[in-house]
Amino acid sequence: MSGSTAQTSPPSIKTGREMPHAVNAPILTVDQLTIRYGDSTAIDTVSFTLQKGDQVAVIGPNGAGKSTLFKAIAAVIPASEGLVRIGGSQPSGHICIAYLPQRSQIDWSFPVTVKDVVMMGRVGRLGWFRRPHEADREWVQECLRLVRLEALADRPIRALSGGEQQRMFIARALAQEAELMLMDEVMTACDAPSQTEIYGILEQLKERQVTVLVSTHDLDDAAARFDQVMLLNRSLIGFGRPADVFQPEQLKQAYGGHLRLIETQSGTLILSDSCCGGGTADNA
Amino acid sequence: MPEWIDFLWQPMQYPFMVRGLVAALIVGVICGIVGCFVVLRGMAFFGDAMSHSILPGLAIGYLIGGGARGPLFIWAMGTAIFVAIAIGAITRSGRLKEDTAIGIIFAGMFALGVALISMGSSYSVDLMHFLFGDVLGVSWLDLLWTGLSGVIVVGILLAFYKEYLVLSFDETLARTLRLPTTTLYYSLLVLIAITIVTALQTVGVALMLAMLITPPATAFLLTRRLPTMMALSALIGAISGVAGLYASFYAGIASGAAIVLTCTALFVIVLIFSRRHA
Repeated sequence: MSGSTAQTSPPSIKTGREMPHAVNAPILTVDQLTIRYGDSTAIDTVSFTLQKGDQVAVIGPNGAGKSTLFKAIAAVIPASEGLVRIGGSQPSGHICIAYLPQRSQIDWSFPVTVKDVVMMGRVGRLGWFRRPHEADREWVQECLRLVRLEALADRPIRALSGGEQQRMFIARALAQEAELMLMDEVMTACDAPSQTEIYGILEQLKERQVTVLVSTHDLDDAAARFDQVMLLNRSLIGFGRPADVFQPEQLKQAYGGHLRLIETQSGTLILSDSCCGGGTADNA
Repeated sequence: MPEWIDFLWQPMQYPFMVRGLVAALIVGVICGIVGCFVVLRGMAFFGDAMSHSILPGLAIGYLIGGGARGPLFIWAMGTAIFVAIAIGAITRSGRLKEDTAIGIIFAGMFALGVALISMGSSYSVDLMHFLFGDVLGVSWLDLLWTGLSGVIVVGILLAFYKEYLVLSFDETLARTLRLPTTTLYYSLLVLIAITIVTALQTVGVALMLAMLITPPATAFLLTRRLPTMMALSALIGAISGVAGLYASFYAGIASGAAIVLTCTALFVIVLIFSRRHA
């Protein structure tokens, strides 16, 4: 991050909607978390801990419960059993968790500009009956600069490319002053240059000590770009360094018949059929 | 006196026309503003169902008050709020699809309303008024009620504008910002209910939907920002109300239908014009 811009920290407004973080508590603790919809179990006794600034790729087939896990961490859906702790306390007391929606969940014809959407991130901090102040507008500008969307600030959201849409949501999460960002399929609609751009932004987030969970279908990128990966298929199959987690046995357990493991001279070739056509190949 | 002034002045000589014009103007503005959220949230069917479901409330209010406005207004409002919350609860429980839940309540309540009115003596005349409005029968007291409801509805919508915006655009964001989403959702339904009851006398239950969605849809075609859309929609609603009433006066068309047809005509013109410029 350059640090040359006028304002690099958000305006500090206390509204009473946020809880303080305990000093030594990890940013995120998930303990024996189980989520059921009727008879089916979407998340089955998942436990893990993240420290401030961790960036983790969450890998798993469609229906593995990645979105469900994210929404439970954000306390958007309730846990059936187990618990989630953010900085040592219940997630429902925090406004520092940002969930970045999949693009299909958004009505892109909605009459708002990029700037309007980023300003929505401020609403939790503003409190009732308060309009955005000059400081809020400046901070929104700074967030747009951080994701390099300042030139598109006044553009209607329907005119954005897939990569720009995702960067707008990252800017919104920054405007929200999120310390934990849950990015659902952030790379799915992006072409290669946009993905590179977003990985660059993730680097900046790391410098800011923002903790990030990214769900993705791309085993290759997950292995190359992240220090930690999580293999999920309802239950937690593996969590740690990519080399340790992406083992044939564990991948088979996560993907079942949807993954082909081919023994070659240079190692095991893994072919996964993701939801997005064009499977990915990975040398483990 | 120039001819066009005479044209505009002529209806003003009748007090009932003046009251009707003021009512149409106020209703056009309220429906135009509230309707933006109906259109953006895809709640058109809900709006239609709400207006039809008020009928039994009107019938009971009529039977109790013998045609007095007070009981009519209160019973209609009570029914509207009840239906809004009932639909909201069934929808949120997730056991039935939203349009099915709405359809069941809509048809059942409308049938109950027709059944109740058919028990009364002056069935045909009053049913027509409920269904298609009676803007020329508006009293000064009615206008006071209309104006008061309008100020309350628009005031609440503007006071909580940023919260309603977040809720409508991305409910998950609203929840992670720890906004009271359930309360906001139901309050929006109640605001729509109050709007419908307020507009009832102007266009009636059968044509209500047009006032709620046609001006916002027209405004939607003209702008890409919500505040502008709300302002334009209010303006289009007001113009439609007034112009429709003039059309009704000079062409002898039923007032509710004339207002709705004006809305529709404006929409079609904008649709063609904006296509050409897109």
